[in-house]
Amino acid sequence: MSTLARLRRWIGKHLVLGLGLLVLVYTFVPIAVVVLMSFNNNSKSKNVYKFQDFTWNNWLHPFKPGGMKDSVILSIEIALLATLVATILGTLAAFALSRHKFVGRKAANLIIFLPMASPEIVMGSSLLALFVSRGFGGQLGFITILIAHVMFCLSFVIVTVKARLSGLDDNLEQAAMDLYANEVQTFWRVTFPLVLPGIIGAALLSFSLSFDDFIVTNLNAGQEVTFPMFVYGANQRGVPMQVNVIGTAMFVIAIAIVLGNEIFRRRQEKALAA
Amino acid sequence: MSQLHESTTTDRPASGSRDLRLSGLTKEYAAFTAVKSLDLVMPQGSFFALLGPSGCGKTTTLRMVAGLETPTSGAIHLGDTEITYAKPYKRPVNTVFQNYALFPHLNISKNVAFGLERRGVKNVGQQVADMLELVELTSQAHKKPAQMSGGQQQRVALARALINQPEVLLLDEPLGALDLKLRRGMQLELKRIQTEVGLTFVHVTHDQEEAMTMADTIAVMNQGVIEQMGAPNDLYENPKTTFVANFLGQSNLIEAEIQGREGGQVKVRVQGALASIPTERAHSESGKGWLGIRPEKVLIAEAGHPIDAPGDVITGGFITDVSFVGVSTQYMVKMPWGQELMVFEQNTGARRMLPVGTKVDVSWRPEYAFLLDASQDAKAGIEED
Ligand SMILES: Nc1ncnc2c1ncn2[C@@H]1O[C@H](COP(=O)(O)OP(=O)(O)OP(=O)(O)O)[C@@H](O)[C@H]1O
Ligand SMILES: [Mg+2]
Repeated sequence: MSTLARLRRWIGKHLVLGLGLLVLVYTFVPIAVVVLMSFNNNSKSKNVYKFQDFTWNNWLHPFKPGGMKDSVILSIEIALLATLVATILGTLAAFALSRHKFVGRKAANLIIFLPMASPEIVMGSSLLALFVSRGFGGQLGFITILIAHVMFCLSFVIVTVKARLSGLDDNLEQAAMDLYANEVQTFWRVTFPLVLPGIIGAALLSFSLSFDDFIVTNLNAGQEVTFPMFVYGANQRGVPMQVNVIGTAMFVIAIAIVLGNEIFRRRQEKALAA
Repeated sequence: MSQLHESTTTDRPASGSRDLRLSGLTKEYAAFTAVKSLDLVMPQGSFFALLGPSGCGKTTTLRMVAGLETPTSGAIHLGDTEITYAKPYKRPVNTVFQNYALFPHLNISKNVAFGLERRGVKNVGQQVADMLELVELTSQAHKKPAQMSGGQQQRVALARALINQPEVLLLDEPLGALDLKLRRGMQLELKRIQTEVGLTFVHVTHDQEEAMTMADTIAVMNQGVIEQMGAPNDLYENPKTTFVANFLGQSNLIEAEIQGREGGQVKVRVQGALASIPTERAHSESGKGWLGIRPEKVLIAEAGHPIDAPGDVITGGFITDVSFVGVSTQYMVKMPWGQELMVFEQNTGARRMLPVGTKVDVSWRPEYAFLLDASQDAKAGIEED
């Protein structure tokens, strides 16, 4: 009896932890495979996605496969530009939507969710239809991809920044004004610094959304080939192992940003406490 | 240090005084009037308390003075300068907000320095240090607001406003979050600071004791209007409305019929007995009225026994409740017409405590009684809790 009770208690204590670990494993296994495969030498058989021999070669020559370098550069360019444009426009829109009362504000607040909610394939093909009907059919490429990416990033930026803004205490801006800050000073000294974390979060989200978008891009890319399109295409012939190098690099950079941020925050706190 | 670039009105006397004057100040929201045609003068350098129950319009009034709310009508003057529509950052007025509103991204000394820096003051370090010392937060200067207790945050809010030496400091229940001991301490501290720096303090509170201990002048506000204004003891001794009589301390209000004037007295008939009230304390002239008497001004004695220093006497009561509270004893006395009167008696030891059921006579000195208009609700301002 007592052993049973103890067992039960043991399970109760460890079950949540165990389940949590399982979920973590579930999400990290694919990443682990990507990291592992970035060191794979698959020269023996290109068609088998299997670890064969260890090699540094993929990391030393990440852009060996033809067309891959261009696609990575294109994807980064588009992601950076789309992030910039979407973050600026989205932040402005978020301020307008949460600070100003105008006719159609409620409707606008609903409509910004549409791009997030509708299937990408629907969004991509309607955009394509729009471009073609406006006579841009022959000019699909960089600009049309950029427009498409800005479009779907916008909703995410607006929603994120708006959430941050609505969590902002009105009294803070009033306190700033009470303390002799004019409207401009109030914005830059109080409002902006407090909303900034939301804006940065929105920018990071936009970058990753844009960088790995396939469906919408594929429909509106014309002759251009972004990195996800390159991987998709390469998949037909056997994926070059360098794809895993890019994947791992992106993963490492993302982790580094998060860690760097955390370390900076802790340092600052420690410096303050001292 | 004048922050005022607004036009000065010409029809005002050009005195050097910087009294804060509200005239006909009104704030209406869509379906609700929060402040109704308020007329108030808060003398320069005074400690002015705005006292009233929750929702009576205290915060709204302060926000209009600070410039954070635009009045629907009326005017605000500081001395000869009209500031009714001046931007908040152009008024020599600072606010201690009801919820502190400290900047979460700035540390304590940056918070305190904010106002001076916005006005372009250089080398604020020493002033900030002095101010932090005043509120005893020197060791916390580098913490963020979120890392401080409620009481500490409140002191930061105070320091942040005070450092600007505004002509008027608005305090919106600045001691609300403090425990009783800290609250008493801060009350004294605030009063000391105010006397020292000589600024006009407008202190909003719904704690009547706080208002009475701190303020030179109290304005009792109710449902958007000022019921009465005056020095704390005037207000307490001679309330003009049933609301003030009940909100500021406690009162016995007894139905009375006004008989007429006689010398300096107004004569009334109270349930058969006769009583009088000095004319300056009578706020009703004819018909019915409420005779008011504070519980501690009512004397009792066993029926038939002589009453110490008697005035107007009413007989035929009996004690329904006795509670002993150390320094005093509180009796509830049921009168022949069914009303229960409160009687607070100092425990001087002159007489034993009277038990429940004792038949008693009550009495009070006419000069302590006051007379109010009968059209008012006798229960107005009684705090239900
Ligand atoms: N923006 C608004 N729209 C409509 N009514 C409002 C608005 N702001 C305040 N009120 C109303 O005005 C009245 C006065 O509010 P105010 O904040 O001045 O009360 P208060 O006296 O400060 O109360 P408390 O002691 O609870 O702080 C309240 O009844 C409130 O509901
Ligand atoms: Mg209030």
